[in-house]
Amino acid sequence: MEYVIEMQGITKIFPGIIANDNVDLKVKKGEIHALLGENGAGKSTLMSVLFGLYKPEKGKIIINGEEASIKNPNDANRYGIGMVHQHFKLVHNFTVLENVILGVESVRHGRLLMDEARKKVIELSQKYSLFIEPDALISDISVGMQQRVEILKMLYRENDLLIFDEPTAVLTPQEIDELMKIMKDLVAEGKTIIFITHKLNEIKAVADRVTILRKGKYIDTVDVSMSSKETLSELMVGRKVLLEVEKTMAQPKEVVLEVKHLIVKSKNHNKNKVNDVSFKLHRGEILCIAGIEGNGQTDLVYALTGLEKVSSGQIIYKGEDITHRSIRYRNLKGMAHIPEDRHKHGLVLDYNVAENLILQDYHTNKFQTKGFLKFKKIYDNADELIERYDIRSGSGARSIARSMSGGNQQKAIVARELETHPDVLIAVQPTRGLDVGAIEYIHRILIEQRDKGKAILLVSLELSEVMSVSDRILVIYEGELVGQADPALVSQQELGLYMSGSKREVLE
Amino acid sequence: MKKFILNDNVQKILASLTAILIGFIFGFLILLFAASIKTQATNPIEGFITIITGGMRYNGIKGFGIILRYTTPVLLTGLSVGFAFKTGLFNIGAAGQFVMGGFTAAYIAIKWTFIPLEFLWIVALLGAIVVGGIWGMISGVLKAYRNVNEVISSIMLNYIGMITVSNLVFTIKDRFNPSRSQVPLSRIPTFGLDKVFGLNTVDFGIFIAIAVAILIYIVLEKTSFGYELKACGYNREAARYAGINDKKGIILSMTIAGALSGLGGALVYISSITKVFDQSLVLQREGFDGISVALLGLSNPLGIIFSSFFISMLRNAGSSLSRAGFNDEVIRIMTSTIIYASAFSLLFRDKIHKLFNKKEGK
Ligand SMILES: Nc1ncnc2c1ncn2[C@@H]1O[C@H](COP(=O)(O)OP(=O)(O)OP(=O)(O)O)[C@@H](O)[C@H]1O
Ligand SMILES: [Mg+2]
Repeated sequence: MEYVIEMQGITKIFPGIIANDNVDLKVKKGEIHALLGENGAGKSTLMSVLFGLYKPEKGKIIINGEEASIKNPNDANRYGIGMVHQHFKLVHNFTVLENVILGVESVRHGRLLMDEARKKVIELSQKYSLFIEPDALISDISVGMQQRVEILKMLYRENDLLIFDEPTAVLTPQEIDELMKIMKDLVAEGKTIIFITHKLNEIKAVADRVTILRKGKYIDTVDVSMSSKETLSELMVGRKVLLEVEKTMAQPKEVVLEVKHLIVKSKNHNKNKVNDVSFKLHRGEILCIAGIEGNGQTDLVYALTGLEKVSSGQIIYKGEDITHRSIRYRNLKGMAHIPEDRHKHGLVLDYNVAENLILQDYHTNKFQTKGFLKFKKIYDNADELIERYDIRSGSGARSIARSMSGGNQQKAIVARELETHPDVLIAVQPTRGLDVGAIEYIHRILIEQRDKGKAILLVSLELSEVMSVSDRILVIYEGELVGQADPALVSQQELGLYMSGSKREVLE
Repeated sequence: MKKFILNDNVQKILASLTAILIGFIFGFLILLFAASIKTQATNPIEGFITIITGGMRYNGIKGFGIILRYTTPVLLTGLSVGFAFKTGLFNIGAAGQFVMGGFTAAYIAIKWTFIPLEFLWIVALLGAIVVGGIWGMISGVLKAYRNVNEVISSIMLNYIGMITVSNLVFTIKDRFNPSRSQVPLSRIPTFGLDKVFGLNTVDFGIFIAIAVAILIYIVLEKTSFGYELKACGYNREAARYAGINDKKGIILSMTIAGALSGLGGALVYISSITKVFDQSLVLQREGFDGISVALLGLSNPLGIIFSSFFISMLRNAGSSLSRAGFNDEVIRIMTSTIIYASAFSLLFRDKIHKLFNKKEGK
């Protein structure tokens, strides 16, 4: 009776891959139990089995000492299990309240009892300091807020075991701190949490014990307080990982991209989303735009890549004014873009890996002649990139993107964009959702590209990434550039002051 | 064997066949039920045999010809709907594009006699393609630039097309029967098919339709143009990100879809059989059959060749069903059942998957 949940010998097979191979997981009541493993190790799959989304080929689940049969999420809910998925499952044109009660509506005489539900939602929101506005539309609230809606859904259903699948990948550092606090509060209330993350800091900060998976297999369960970050990452990857980035000094050359007084107007507010932004990007440097999410970095990137119209100002690229040029034109001129939202922009989820890997250059002679696609080339290209970037999936080049693990989807995007050999790479959160091994690899490539004389514009919310990878930092706050810093000299605290708008310097 | 069953395409086909099987079983139950409450002589077994032979037990080889004749237009409207589906659009406007195309073809084949009759039908087909295309393009433009849902605009265009044609029939009216249109002089040749299948059955149109299906398959699956259109359909934002002009994609998709339906109309109204326009205000059945055909064929152009034949077989069976004492509404119920069942095809695929994976385990 020591454990609330015991998963024993779980095996789950997908076409071409054993996602879980005889995995055990034992979770104690009232603990935060972390689940750690490389991209594609089978973490999400294991949790989907527990939540009743997948039926395992083998294995059993024991809840409070009794064998349980969980065939679907409703069963899971009955056992008090709730889950926040890696990619949220909210109805975007419903309000927060409607989403929370969806599926467990209380009705009387066929009418929804909204008032009671609202009261309960507000109560819960206050109790756990979620600061939720019940009547806001999901499409209007930030990702961080959407996640709280997912948490609220579980609380509303009075779940006792809460599964968080990579909750922090989409959050800002501040939101992460708040989430950690919420998680601790929940545990203090007697709930139990399973927490998937790739960030060892977070595990060290909140988790009690951690179970490690590698390539679908159970490796070990250890006490967090007894193990260092280095041992954890070694257990997870199976080799030593460099947690610090090694790089030499940048040698910036000529300017390749220059932005002059760029303004992007907002449709709804009279405040500009990007306000009078000017900067220069040189070949051979990694310039980072740091800032708290929602301060205009997304719109700045959209403007640079052509996804959004510029209201005024200029973008000069290789000496040419491209302010009003098409997206395709910019791509062809050597601009690449790792987008922030991999499902919205980065991938056609219903295309397979090979088809996704040619999304930027299907129209070049490399992959087509006279309008006909060269399938042999396309699949050879995919096989090569899969090998080089270690993109793991069930059926190789023919796996549908939708079936891949989140981190491997990201690797596919990164591979595709780097393979266009861009002169300027605009990378927004390039390592979001990647495991430490993959992050190490991507960082190394970014620096390699820099040393080859390419220019990289990195937009990241991750302060540690900002500090370790970039050569120069610009801080954006409410659509304006408010500070410039040298990562070697500035402290995280000081950056934080700029980012929150408490400090500001006039840029030339 | 297992590998064969788990192949994606094989599974899709199995799922469609399952849907058809369910439709047949349900149809048979309806027959039994009808027989049990009807007073006049009925024979459910007879009726069922009629259905599964597509009615050909009564009209034999000629029946086969008639089935092919029905197949021609629904193959094209099916392609029209299926093509739009593949590119993320729901073209419910096939009926309007069909009738506009058909009228244009008839008009050209009657009026443009300055062109030699041997070629006139070809010109008429091209005219139908253009006008059907324009009819589809309107929905595409509205969607791309004004974000008007194509379902709504194309339903409205169905009625606009129907009324327009009804009001234009007088321009090609028949001298002896002014409420109807004339029979065109230049029609699609039969190339001897009438010798094989009998008069008023199939003509060269069926070959055109099949060739177009293969062409559409190639465009969708093998060309970079098809790659673009499908990308727009699956994820418009990602397509835009990749530098694809999404607005152009939507407009082109709807235009091509409209052109296909328009051609379908032409293949009916200047076919070797003499179908003419009257002023009645009814939407043509072929337009809506196209939706069933596309769904059953899983929007795959090659699948649509088979599903259009199958739907036409049922339609031919329907006209003979009275011999066994049944109304041909049974066929409609069956068709709907099949469509419903194929909408669940994902579920079947999953089941088939499980079934065979389990067998492996033991
Ligand atoms: N529905 C599916 N169909 C086929 N293969 C799948 C499916 N879901 C997952 N897989 C495969 O199973 C493996 C494990 O995936 P899973 O999503 O559990 O990984 P993960 O540990 O959560 O990785 P990440 O950290 O990248 O999210 C992957 O190789 C993936 O391609
Ligand atoms: Mg995952």
